[in-house]
Amino acid sequence: MLSRVAESIYWMSRQAERAENLARFIEVTLHMTLDQPEYLVDPWEPLVQVTGDNEWFKKKYGKATCQNVVQFLAFDGEYHSSMLTCLRASRENARSVREALSTEAFEQLNNFYHFVRDSSPPQLTDPTADFFDQVRDYALMWTGVLDSTMAHNTAWHFMNIGRLLERADKTSRILDVKYFNLLPRVEDVGTAVDDLQWSTLLLAISGFEAYRREHQLMDIEKIVAFFLFHRTFPRSIYSCIAGVDRSLREIESESESELPGQARQRIAALRHRLENTNVKEVIAGGMHQFIDRLQVELNAVGDSLGQDYFYATYSA
Amino acid sequence: MQKQTSGSLSQVQSAGPIPTLPDYQSDGFFDELVDQNNLARPDAEALVSLFNRLPPKELLRRQHAIEQALYRMGITFTVYSDKSGTEKIMPFDVVPRIVSAILWKHIDAGLRQRIRALNRFLCDVYNEREIIQEGIVPAELVDTAPAYLKECRGLKPFNDVWCHITGTDLVRDNSGTVYVLEDNLRCPSGVSYVLQNRHVMKRNFPQVFGASRVRPVTDYTSRLFQLLRDVAPPHVSDPTVVVLTPGVFNSAYYEHSFLAQKMGVQLVEGRDLVVESDLVYMKTTRGLQRVDVIYRRIDDAFLDPKTFRKDSVLGVAGLMDAYRAGNVTLANAPGTGIADDKVIYAFVPDMIKYYLDEEPILPNVPTYVCQKDEDREYVLAHMDELVIKAAGESGGYGILIGPQATQEERDAFAKKINEDPRNWIAQPTLQLSRAPTVVDDHLEGRHVDLRPYILCSRPDDVWVLPGGLTRVALRKGSLVVNSSQGGGSKDTWVVAEQGQAIASVHGDDTDPPEH
Repeated sequence: MLSRVAESIYWMSRQAERAENLARFIEVTLHMTLDQPEYLVDPWEPLVQVTGDNEWFKKKYGKATCQNVVQFLAFDGEYHSSMLTCLRASRENARSVREALSTEAFEQLNNFYHFVRDSSPPQLTDPTADFFDQVRDYALMWTGVLDSTMAHNTAWHFMNIGRLLERADKTSRILDVKYFNLLPRVEDVGTAVDDLQWSTLLLAISGFEAYRREHQLMDIEKIVAFFLFHRTFPRSIYSCIAGVDRSLREIESESESELPGQARQRIAALRHRLENTNVKEVIAGGMHQFIDRLQVELNAVGDSLGQDYFYATYSA
Repeated sequence: MQKQTSGSLSQVQSAGPIPTLPDYQSDGFFDELVDQNNLARPDAEALVSLFNRLPPKELLRRQHAIEQALYRMGITFTVYSDKSGTEKIMPFDVVPRIVSAILWKHIDAGLRQRIRALNRFLCDVYNEREIIQEGIVPAELVDTAPAYLKECRGLKPFNDVWCHITGTDLVRDNSGTVYVLEDNLRCPSGVSYVLQNRHVMKRNFPQVFGASRVRPVTDYTSRLFQLLRDVAPPHVSDPTVVVLTPGVFNSAYYEHSFLAQKMGVQLVEGRDLVVESDLVYMKTTRGLQRVDVIYRRIDDAFLDPKTFRKDSVLGVAGLMDAYRAGNVTLANAPGTGIADDKVIYAFVPDMIKYYLDEEPILPNVPTYVCQKDEDREYVLAHMDELVIKAAGESGGYGILIGPQATQEERDAFAKKINEDPRNWIAQPTLQLSRAPTVVDDHLEGRHVDLRPYILCSRPDDVWVLPGGLTRVALRKGSLVVNSSQGGGSKDTWVVAEQGQAIASVHGDDTDPPEH
């Protein structure tokens, strides 16, 4: 397929996935504030930290509140990574490669974007608002439409890589910033508030029920292991990495190239490391350091895709 | 049997009164759906009956439903000046325009004849130039036309076909006569709206389709793809076809991606292509891949910065060399614009006589060429009766509608004509035919034109899509139908003759008709 098209599909997919994850962040936080009216900890500040754009936020909004964080993450047209901005960019990318998508896929993303754009911000800081729930529905339909209306060919694999890299990154951020900012000390584990935080974390990746079925009891190691290493849960980091690895293999097998590309080598190394690390080692060595390194490696995979496929130099 | 059937329905099905549209006025104009007594024309009876049976506001409701569908499908224009990306759908009117089988037969024959002559002219004017030597078309008019590309002299496109894809604008006057208003031989737009308009209309008016025996349009993209394969360089057995677009910011981008998607071919931008050793390649994730046929939707001037405009970033450096070397087909061929120059247009009836030895089936609108002294004098003396057009403009720009203009505007145009007579033509103001159109919650007559689409793969193989884009001037009394000037569109229903394939009622009729 055309390099430009592959790149646009990859970004289209990443940006829509990013928008979905922003909705997940906000939604679980809104729910949490209902269960925790006394505000033992401020739930909004960490949401800003998750973006890494704290300075930008402070300049424009000052102190983080429910209202301004929702406005910032969901609707701020000036912020380069708000839900609305991501969806607009995703849709623009989709528009530029519309011929490579199924009609249903474009229409679903088009509806998704219009739904978010046309929603009125003031009502959305009401935690009972079902807006974010609907966003999640739109996002689930979007991925479902892609998977069931498009041939799982090279275009689909680039799409899959985009969404899985983004998902792995966001799952790691949820685990990192959210949990460790809320409860930085392991001694606090086991309190009622803690239990609530655990559940919230799992809810943010739609993993609460899946976790319960396997482990019933809340347990820090098991939850961290669920986030990092679960073999089949679709938002666990390992599962995302393995999916990227599979898609890259498919792309390479079609491209008839003799040597694995840089992206393939990097993702295979990462997968290998995850397979050979256990949760005790992660916690002992410092969870934040582990996740930091993971994110750096995910970024490197993204860069390698560019080198391998998107703007390689050609010769006839 | 069913005695409780609603009164109006049984009236229609029995030999009741001939359907008429209540409260509709044709105002003395020629109307496409009703006659001067406001009675439905024979082929429009099923449609008019349906409208008369609809509950109040139902037509308006369907109009809104279709607009919603078009918005959902993303068939929109972006309003460039708006940073938040405001989009509008191409205005669409729910009332179709109906063309009778016999009128269509006439139009079809006239267009096929015209394309044959235009292709002959293009071959001639870039090679032997016999029509100029015979004194039929003045050399100075050809050589001074901006669309005449010296770089194309001596070129011989495969099969001697220059204009593979044409959109010709037709109008009807008060007598119902069909005239050719202009030929669009470069990158004619709008066929995607024809297909999408039909798609949404079938969902909203399935029952009338059957009753009206509408001919299908959905095989257009199959035919276009077949044409593009057929015109590939002769040595290529399984050609790779692409559509070349200026990119997502072009106003016709939706159409470019639509056509590529429906044909299942790559939509490329100039930056996706590269020419090496006079061969054209596209840059893919698997390396470079040969390209054999380019359906180009980029204007001539931007095609190749090496040959034409040096500042073009839309095109491909070296493309013309690859084309001259016979390694790639460009559809339409570069240089076709000379034949749709508004001054050259005036000579098309002469071309038909000269090349084909036939009488033109479809007349031109009478045209005064300001380059000719006697024509110019007439034009300057009758500016309040004429429409004056710049030869090099399109899209409704550079036009003076004399009867509606002020004296100052007419004086300004007179000055321009005297300064550069070559660039101006004039035509009498035709009263374009009208068609019932939804205005608020009722129907009013609005002026329409028609752009059929014509495919030509060999000089003797010309096919006309049964239908075309009916454009409608939505403003009351306006004669300007261009979408860039606030015009909208309607579905066009060409009625089938006995034995012809018709559009299916359910879903998409993707099967090509049998021959």
